[in-house]
Amino acid sequence: MRRKILEVIIIFIAFILQCTVFRLISLGNVVPNMMIILTSAFGFMNGKKEGMFVGFFCGIFTDILFGSGLIGLYTLIYVWIGFGNGLFNALFYPEDIKFPIVLIGVSDLVYGFVYYVLTFLLRSRLDLGYYMIHIVLPEAIYTIVVTIVIYRLLLYFEETMELREKQEDME
Amino acid sequence: MARVRLKRKKFSMPGRYILLILTILCIAMMLLTYFTDAVSGPLSYVAAYTIVPIESGLNTIGERFKEHVDNFQSLEAVLSENKALKEQVEELSQEKNNLIEDKYELTELRNLYDLDDKFSDYKKVGARVIGKDPGNWFSVFLIDKGTDDGLKVDMNVIAGNGLVGIITEVGPNWATVRSVIDDASNVSSMVLSTSDTCMVSGDLKLMESGEIRFDQLTDDEDAVVVGDEIVTSNISNKFLPNITIGYISSLDKDANNLTKSGTLTPAVDFKHINTVLVITELKNSGSEQK
Repeated sequence: MRRKILEVIIIFIAFILQCTVFRLISLGNVVPNMMIILTSAFGFMNGKKEGMFVGFFCGIFTDILFGSGLIGLYTLIYVWIGFGNGLFNALFYPEDIKFPIVLIGVSDLVYGFVYYVLTFLLRSRLDLGYYMIHIVLPEAIYTIVVTIVIYRLLLYFEETMELREKQEDME
Repeated sequence: MARVRLKRKKFSMPGRYILLILTILCIAMMLLTYFTDAVSGPLSYVAAYTIVPIESGLNTIGERFKEHVDNFQSLEAVLSENKALKEQVEELSQEKNNLIEDKYELTELRNLYDLDDKFSDYKKVGARVIGKDPGNWFSVFLIDKGTDDGLKVDMNVIAGNGLVGIITEVGPNWATVRSVIDDASNVSSMVLSTSDTCMVSGDLKLMESGEIRFDQLTDDEDAVVVGDEIVTSNISNKFLPNITIGYISSLDKDANNLTKSGTLTPAVDFKHINTVLVITELKNSGSEQK
């Protein structure tokens, strides 16, 4: 329970930073996607359920404030991404940095593509190549760069939580 | 790993069922919000008491910090500027007299045509921008006023002397504004000089260059030229008439040889919006009461 509450608080802080401070570090109108990093990281660190839980909150925050009249769209995408990353839980080793980078990068590309299809392609904005090269790809690369910094913090959080839970189990 | 095994003993609902349940829940919420107000109403209150206060606080801190830095930097600049400004004041006061004369003439002419200067009569509420859309696809931002200050969905938002956008969602102390450069924004508008109507729509591809697209401009006499002002039209059902959107920067004839399209430079600098004005009057489109 404590883990869940702390996770929600982390998502909350990340979301607020994403909406305010991150705009200052945007490069060419592109900002990194913290929500994907959180959803994906908790997904492959702790499995499907945890991924879905984090994805749900990441999505619902975005939906409430910026859903533009369709609450649930972001939530749906993030829940699926959390689930998808949870499938790779068995392959996760904390020491390996390549694995999270690849997974988070791919997650962000998938997120960008799905979001493009649902909100742009359906309004007959057909120029897939342009949007991929100018929005989706830069966002994924920027997100990966931020991942390298933030991943250590998430790993630290994860290890501390696990340690405490183990201690409590023994008592 | 030990933790995972422990968890499995406690309850055994497989992840894919949870996924299915959440998926159905999300789709249900989407349908509900699309057709009714049942979900977004209560949720907007949640946002009002959690996210919005912190975002406004962060913004205030940022602004104060910036002010301090600016203070140090600008002291010298201010002194030299002061001199230049004093000279300018003299020039301007003379110019002002000329303008006042012009203004009298203008009001007289307006009375002749029985046109009220409606735009300046609108009641407005000032608001601060406290957050931006977290993604990279749309250009939606958050302001710190809401229903408590009389704001409603579909109210027009301006900054300086140009149209910024329209309110799409509103909570007790926050509202989201879809700006006119947003890819999903469409504004019915017209060329001020000729009253030819056209459609101004944001385009993500042009966002970087700071321009907006317009099309369906019917201009048989070739009277519209680059540099003409484009304003919101009086036949739009959401935007109040005669608010400046921007100035034409390029103009092309469409393949059908009947209409024209092109790009325009918005009158508002969308990269540096900090405060906006919300016009607290809704367009009376005839079908519904205000």
